[in-house]
Amino acid sequence: MQKRRQAISSTAVHAILFSYMVIALWPIFLTIINSFKSRKAIFRDPLGLPGADSFSLKGFEKVLLRSDFEIYFMNSITVTVATLVLVLLLGAMAAWALSEYRFKGNTWLGIYLAIGIMIPIRLGSVSLLQLIVDLNLANTLTALVLVYIAQSLPLAIFILSEFMQQIPKDLKEAARCDGVSEYTIFFKVILPLTRPAIATVGVFTLVPVWNDLWFPLILAPSKATQTITLGVQQFIGQYVTDWNAVLASLTLAIVPILIIYILLSRHLIRGITAGAVK
Amino acid sequence: MGASGGKLSRFPHHVWVFLAPATIIYTLFMIYPLLDSIRLSLYTTDGTGAYHFTGLANYITLITDPQWSDAFWNALKNNFIFFCVHMLVQNPIGIMLAALLSLPKLTGRTTYRTLIFMPTMLSVVIIGFIWQLILSPLWGVSESLLTFIGLADWFQPWLGQEGTALLTLSLISVWQFVGIPMMLIYAALLNIPEDLTEGAIIDGANHWEIFWHIKLPLILPTIAMVSILTFVANFNAFDLIYSVKGALAGPDFSTDIMGTLFYRTFFGFQLQLGNPTMGATVATMMFGVILVGVLFYLFVLQRKLRRYAL
Repeated sequence: MQKRRQAISSTAVHAILFSYMVIALWPIFLTIINSFKSRKAIFRDPLGLPGADSFSLKGFEKVLLRSDFEIYFMNSITVTVATLVLVLLLGAMAAWALSEYRFKGNTWLGIYLAIGIMIPIRLGSVSLLQLIVDLNLANTLTALVLVYIAQSLPLAIFILSEFMQQIPKDLKEAARCDGVSEYTIFFKVILPLTRPAIATVGVFTLVPVWNDLWFPLILAPSKATQTITLGVQQFIGQYVTDWNAVLASLTLAIVPILIIYILLSRHLIRGITAGAVK
Repeated sequence: MGASGGKLSRFPHHVWVFLAPATIIYTLFMIYPLLDSIRLSLYTTDGTGAYHFTGLANYITLITDPQWSDAFWNALKNNFIFFCVHMLVQNPIGIMLAALLSLPKLTGRTTYRTLIFMPTMLSVVIIGFIWQLILSPLWGVSESLLTFIGLADWFQPWLGQEGTALLTLSLISVWQFVGIPMMLIYAALLNIPEDLTEGAIIDGANHWEIFWHIKLPLILPTIAMVSILTFVANFNAFDLIYSVKGALAGPDFSTDIMGTLFYRTFFGFQLQLGNPTMGATVATMMFGVILVGVLFYLFVLQRKLRRYAL
């Protein structure tokens, strides 16, 4: 009796979770399958999988022909990778200094650097645009990288310094006894040890930067510097009625993030779970 | 203890080298623009581009001049509705999913968790367009789905009607971001020590009673944190409305929120020219709203909850 009731309730739990999973994935799935269909099939049978008679790559051909998708893609990769590398390096250096050395104003500097976790950088856009224009950086990828570094550093420093506090003292002390410089300790001993946290910080930095619309729109909207999110947004605005092209451009924008997510989801989830403990 | 020999008064050069790059970039591209925006909101520009100090005149215009205040109060009201929908729909669903995921001996836990979180990773722009297609009467996907479950009459062009557009957009955003409360609350539930629940199980309590009476009170601090994260994100939202409804946030401004109002004020639209100082004023108002929320969380919610939890 007890067993049977448990079996029923466990079925109910799976039913709810499975239904919600379908709700979460179905729209994405629908977009991807329809991007591989002919225009006729998209409208005649939107819910069907692409088959021999309905399969078509027309949408992708149009997107690649009519837009500079390769350029958007390269721009996004350049901006994201440059931001990621610099945030990890500069963030780790600052986190190390904050968690390892005692100096005047240590606590205050920590609080100062943490303000950006809660206050969105977007609210400073009016002055930020002026600053970027004054620095002659309007419509450059450099402008985006600088702003994204500033945006991502607070959380990166926060996560990395929590992590660095847990590095065993013996490791650092042993190196110091050998008379090694503080720089060597950081680059040869500490940085390699931070690798597990780096994956977490990486995902938290990468996703908002890759997905951002606001700063590409106001700081670098020129044809040559559009990122993929802005490029897709503009392309769809121009070809709203061309369903093949719209669905194909959406699919092209979704797939890279899905691949990265599937590769890194373990780290991301571990990062969220560990962060929430505090 | 500063084993590096750093006495409190000394500031050795390597500490300086480690801290300077991050602090300089952060100060120049984040803190300075935020403060300078607040300063700009106290100025006005004339045709020549010169700036004149006007004190709080921009704020008075924004709040009382009908040409501005209608748009401002409308955007603020819509933004609160946007936030309330997230609090009433997104967070309860997130809590429910987290509670189910944390049940003992659940098979397929990782798969569910990973897949339900997936939409959260995608760009808001992409999500906006996907739903625009799905809800489009032209394509008819939602209509045929509703017909399938016998609710064909229910279908309406929800995104195009003044009365339903904002609610629909809020629910699209809820759909995308439900993964965040789910993950954070799931993590908090996993952290509850088992001996706290074991006693209740021996006493014959079921999972529902254990969740309601033991686990829920313990995760209140996490729920408060999720709420403030939702608040900040909602009052800073822009991308979804802009990609689905454009800068004009139609129909007839019924989906206008603070982010789209800020964009229009700053860059201009149709016949109205962009106005950087009024833009800075709108941004500072958003800053104020977010700051009030964050301070309320830090000094009221967090303190109160910490007293009860653990």
